[in-house]
Amino acid sequence: MNEPGSIQLPQTILPERSEATGPVVEVIKPPSIIRSFLQSKSSGKFADGAFQGMMVVCAMSIFFIVLLILSVLVLNSKLSMHTFGWKFFTSSAWDPNVGDFGALPFIWGTVVSSLLAVCLAVPLALCVSIFLLEICPQWLRGPIAFLTEMLAAIPSVIYGLWAIFVLVPIMRDNVGPLLQKYLGWTGFFGGPNFGVGMLTAAVILAIMIFPVISSISRDVMKAVPIHQREAALALGATRWEMIRMSVLRNARIGIVGSVILGLGRALGETMAVTMVIGNHPDISKSLFAPATTLASVIANEFSEATGDLYVSALIEIGLALFIVTIVVNAIARLLVWAVTRGNSARAV
Amino acid sequence: MGSLPIRSANFERLNKARRTVTDHFVTGLAILSTIVVLVPLVAILGYLIYKGASSLNFAFFTHIPAPVGEQGGGMSNAIVGSGVVLGLASLLGIPVGIGAGVYLAEYGQGRLLGNIIRFTADVLNGVPSIVMGMAAFALIVAKQQHYSAFAGGVALAIMMVPTITRTTEEMLATVPHAIREAALGLGIPKWRTVLSVSLRTASPGIITGCMLAFARVAGETAPLIFTAFGNEFWSFSLKEPIAALPLEIYKYAISPYDEWHRLAWGGALVLIAMIMVSVTLVRIFANRGVLKGGH
Repeated sequence: MNEPGSIQLPQTILPERSEATGPVVEVIKPPSIIRSFLQSKSSGKFADGAFQGMMVVCAMSIFFIVLLILSVLVLNSKLSMHTFGWKFFTSSAWDPNVGDFGALPFIWGTVVSSLLAVCLAVPLALCVSIFLLEICPQWLRGPIAFLTEMLAAIPSVIYGLWAIFVLVPIMRDNVGPLLQKYLGWTGFFGGPNFGVGMLTAAVILAIMIFPVISSISRDVMKAVPIHQREAALALGATRWEMIRMSVLRNARIGIVGSVILGLGRALGETMAVTMVIGNHPDISKSLFAPATTLASVIANEFSEATGDLYVSALIEIGLALFIVTIVVNAIARLLVWAVTRGNSARAV
Repeated sequence: MGSLPIRSANFERLNKARRTVTDHFVTGLAILSTIVVLVPLVAILGYLIYKGASSLNFAFFTHIPAPVGEQGGGMSNAIVGSGVVLGLASLLGIPVGIGAGVYLAEYGQGRLLGNIIRFTADVLNGVPSIVMGMAAFALIVAKQQHYSAFAGGVALAIMMVPTITRTTEEMLATVPHAIREAALGLGIPKWRTVLSVSLRTASPGIITGCMLAFARVAGETAPLIFTAFGNEFWSFSLKEPIAALPLEIYKYAISPYDEWHRLAWGGALVLIAMIMVSVTLVRIFANRGVLKGGH
């Protein structure tokens, strides 16, 4: 910047493009009136402003999309909010013929299936992350990471298709009777087992959220400085002690973040769950019983809903889902950011 | 550290053994769970290829679905319909997504607005797709009083934006500052610098980001159920309900007819092949590094 010769060169070659930066203008000794006029009103300045404006509009549009979705959902669910108030979320009535709506069975279904899925997926995901980062030989790391990412790329509807024709029979004929035999005394595995139901939905959800948890917890573990590992090993720790003391301990906040991110994914997952959960608005203790979730009731009933109150009640369910997932995701993002400092963590 | 307690040699040996056993146990557990996780993936892909390949034939790509009870029929209208909806979504979503990414990387670094947008994009990424469909329904379908391909395209476009924004930002962040400064030092205006230097340098990464977003929404069903709605016949109009591959797979999968199940498996194989090809391409391009696109 401080060498006049190197900067003046382009000025003389390209006089009409000299409006670029401030310091450049200072170096030029006597700017003629015409020239300064051209510089102040130059097309470049205008174009710069216009271009930046366009980019700002694009960026702001993301913000407005969220606001727009929120306002549209609030406006369209007003009728149901006025009719039922907070009772909507504590009532378990769902009778479109009478016009009595309550979302409790759907909340129950969503919460139970998602939590079960997280319980199933988290230990596996963490084990796989540890394996890939700390144990796996280098040549195997790429292919396995690639395969687990493939799991994330399979569309929800294909998981559902596979679940209907493969997972449901397995759950009905093999896993279900086993659970009933050995864990029947808990009361969670009572009643008739159709194959479709809460447990099957939780299993397919677990398969679906596994890649999210695994890839983000891997990012977080990777962010732990190598010195931490070396220090533990130098003190004579075994590999597992090193993983426990330096990797897991330092990355724990981010790991919690990745789990919550997986939970957020599970809460909103629609198609695969709709196809195997049985879609029956009941609150049952048995995990074999058909249930339904917030997302699946929308998928099932929204396009056939008649009457303003029915539609409005379904939109209120959508609004609840929207707000819950936003809160869950925001918490998760903050936790992941706290560990990776906004660097590489990216949703799959 | 305090004083070390005096322990017998026997205790030390047992302790060492316990630690070694734990270490081996955890290693085994990690290997075992990796295998457990890979099983469903292989099972899904294997079964899909097995069932799908036996359902695919020439008619699948040239015919529209046969009525219930009749044999044969294909999903040509759904394949084309998916193309129409995804084309519209890309047309709307990619420019906005790239623009927002450019803002975040080139103008909004370290500013409050930039951080807010970045955070909003991440959060929007996690919003369930069915809510997007609902919003598009309330905004477009309810106003026009009919389902339309346009509404489906808008719903998918909204889903593409945050993914593209974040990848574009990440890719632009890898462009060395020296290149930008060189361009600015030559007196090139900032907008030209961004377009012909930064974006061009990062273009392979940005293109792969767009393909990743495309692959993600290509399989989306939930936002299309009450926007594009599905159609048994040919339709090219944006104002009419249109068939889409994931939508038809869903409809046929939950139907009770074997012939329709066959179509669902065939459709699933076509869909997954489309997605896997783009994801694999992404992988290849991403590994080649960002700087090779500048020529």
